[in-house]
Amino acid sequence: MEPLETKLTLSDIPNGKSAVITEVIAEDGMRRRLQDLGFIVGNNVDSLNTAAIGDLTAYRINGTVIAIRKDDTDNILVEEINV
Amino acid sequence: MSRKLFHKSSAVDQKLIIEKKSEDDKVIALAGNPNVGKSTVFNALTGMRQHTGNWPGKTVENVQGYYEYDDDNYIMVDVPGSYSLIARSAEEEAARDFICFGEPDVVVVVCDATGLARNLNLVLQVLETGKKAVVCVNLCDEAKKRNIKIDLEAMEKELGVPVVGTAARSKIGLDELQAAIKKAIHSEPAQFDITYPDYIEKGISLLKEPVQALVGDSLDSRWVSIKLLDGDDNFQKSLTDFLGFELIKDKSIKLALEKYEQYLKENDRTVVEVQDGIVEMVVQYSLLLADRFITQHGKESDATDRKLDKILTSKATGFPIMLILLFVVFWITITGANYPSTLLANLLFGLEEKLAAGALSIGVPFLVVDILIHGVYNVTAWVVSVMLPPMAIFFPMFTLLEDLGYLPRVAFNLDHFFKSCDACGKQALTMCMGYGCNAVGVTGARIIDSPRERLLAIITNNFSPCNGRFPILISVITIFFIGGISGLSSSMSSVLGALSLVLVIIFSIVMTLLVSKILSMTVLKGVPSSFTLELPPYRKPQIGRVIVRSIFDRTIKVLGRAIVAAAPAGLIIWVLSNVSYGDSTLLYAFTNLLDPFGRALGMDGVILTGFILGLPANEIVMPIMIMIYLAQGGGLIELEGAALGNLLIANGWTWVTAVSVLLFTVMHWPCSTTLITIKKETQSWKWTFMSFLVPTISGIIITFLFNSIVNVFI
Ligand SMILES: Nc1nc2c(ncn2[C@@H]2O[C@H](COP(=O)(O)OP(=O)(O)OP(=O)(O)O)[C@@H](O)[C@H]2O)c(=O)[nH]1
Ligand SMILES: [Mg+2]
Repeated sequence: MEPLETKLTLSDIPNGKSAVITEVIAEDGMRRRLQDLGFIVGNNVDSLNTAAIGDLTAYRINGTVIAIRKDDTDNILVEEINV
Repeated sequence: MSRKLFHKSSAVDQKLIIEKKSEDDKVIALAGNPNVGKSTVFNALTGMRQHTGNWPGKTVENVQGYYEYDDDNYIMVDVPGSYSLIARSAEEEAARDFICFGEPDVVVVVCDATGLARNLNLVLQVLETGKKAVVCVNLCDEAKKRNIKIDLEAMEKELGVPVVGTAARSKIGLDELQAAIKKAIHSEPAQFDITYPDYIEKGISLLKEPVQALVGDSLDSRWVSIKLLDGDDNFQKSLTDFLGFELIKDKSIKLALEKYEQYLKENDRTVVEVQDGIVEMVVQYSLLLADRFITQHGKESDATDRKLDKILTSKATGFPIMLILLFVVFWITITGANYPSTLLANLLFGLEEKLAAGALSIGVPFLVVDILIHGVYNVTAWVVSVMLPPMAIFFPMFTLLEDLGYLPRVAFNLDHFFKSCDACGKQALTMCMGYGCNAVGVTGARIIDSPRERLLAIITNNFSPCNGRFPILISVITIFFIGGISGLSSSMSSVLGALSLVLVIIFSIVMTLLVSKILSMTVLKGVPSSFTLELPPYRKPQIGRVIVRSIFDRTIKVLGRAIVAAAPAGLIIWVLSNVSYGDSTLLYAFTNLLDPFGRALGMDGVILTGFILGLPANEIVMPIMIMIYLAQGGGLIELEGAALGNLLIANGWTWVTAVSVLLFTVMHWPCSTTLITIKKETQSWKWTFMSFLVPTISGIIITFLFNSIVNVFI
């Protein structure tokens, strides 16, 4: 297995950029919650803005805005979309 | 940490009991994602006044109301918002249990027209349950503003249930909604099935027959089969409660599941794949359908929202704006409350002697008059004149910010601090609710998924000084820190007053965080858990309606509670101060007894008595203190700011007393309403007791420390 570090996670996507989800590693409850909100393989997310202090970041997915801490976006694998 | 923190599962175990007025009453459940306007629809139809607010998680329990349509009677149940029937938190469980097992005649799924794709997920899940349903596409006015168009007819055709477009806040489309509900009742339930990938359909087909044999027609057998496969453990518990037996323990079901496991093994599939497959299929299908139903996507429809977000949350402006808003709210409250307070006091106290004279003249015995007028009436008059004006100004302003959608942005800004204390970012929301009323803040903690983090929010909620405590803070600050400065114009003094209140709030936030951290390191050990915070679109509040509603619904209610508490307190004080004990009165003996404790904390026995008798409602703490001072001094009531100051100073208050009272006001036991709410929410005496002790001990320690430090320097 290749080390996780080489994989791009949602946390790596800078504000203002978009990405397409390739895998959700989060488990159990959070996995379900993320899926319900639209974090499923193949869907697009836009990284909007990060809190002034800390790492909570707002993402646009399916037309709504959801804020998630870095600990959790680390568990969402993505590919960046270059426009 | 597991769910064991709470006895059994949670408060929501106390099931809603539907109160039918007659057998034929139809029960309608209002389901939907958070913040889509369910409570607004509910209020419009039933004429009730459920709180609404522009943030996900406003409603946390099932509430019922009645309406009549076309000679039929309906019971409508407002349900907490949920993203999915797979529940993750206490409020979602309440929603799920009612929708799935509450046997509603029709489920109305309310959707947000501006976010249809995500909303359809829940719609499809509800349709899968095989219940009669109506889809209500709400917020059509917002969609129009954003240039989004939805083909409701196509939706109706595809989903097979009535679909209605509404703008509930402006009462548009509600007749059609009622008609659709009626229509749905008289038609067969929707036959809407999602086709899953073959390896999942295989499991469903294996289970469906034995399930059908066991549950009969009480539940849709295809749906139950799917639920047996999607790995939702929490659901199984509710299913067992509903059926009265454990479905998965049945031999035929066990056999089917074993067969399916065998099948999965042979086909190189895992259980996790099946679970994911089910959830993802529904989401994907929603996206697909949304694409078909939405005929015009508003381009850049949220550009304004994102600009506002940048301003309200960015490094340079986020925190300053938060502080300025806090300041402005307090400044308006203090300035606006000043004049009406004096007016009300003059009026009510002016009446006191007249009432007494009048009562005596019609032959009411002197003792009774004395008790009722100089006891009960007097304290009540204090409560009304001191409490009503600031409350009537503060509540509407708070509600306006809430309706605008500002509260989730506060949570966004403050998340880092809560995370550092191993707490949930949503605790900022419950903290904000606490400034209105701590009991509301405690119930609101249901939006926090993790039981540990929810307890942190409940125990520390009392550090947010509630609306009932603001007037104490305002009076003390005005008298001792602003009144003392000579040559200050009245406008300048309200500015300083508001600034001081902002400082008190910052202090209360620091205490909330500090105590959360200490609890996280001791009795509530754990690491911060995952959560998602939705930032809803900003919506322009209906200013006039908000003002009227918050005055009538909230202010009057809270004031009523305070008066109910004030009257007996007035009676007790009157009795205590009129029954002699040795050389003095009982009241004097009692306050004397408490005096050493009070002194150690920079206060006195009277102040402590005020806090103790104020247990039923913080609103009466200050009036009680004033009444006792007056009773002991024997003087008559002269009411004006300066006179109140003189009274306190004559009784030995200094700036040190004032600071101690401020500290103790922020930190002492929760009021009895809040304690009862905590017991109800945690189902545990232990945590209720903790919620009593933690702020009380904090208050004692901090005021004691403050006084020790002052003593060193003075
Ligand atoms: N513009 C507009 N605003 C609406 C409409 N319906 C509701 N709102 C507003 O949307 C916000 C949310 O409404 P609620 O009724 O509290 O929503 P809810 O679905 O009960 O929310 P939860 O209880 O949190 O699940 C409030 O600020 C309402 O005033 C509508 O049709 N148009
Ligand atoms: Mg609601």
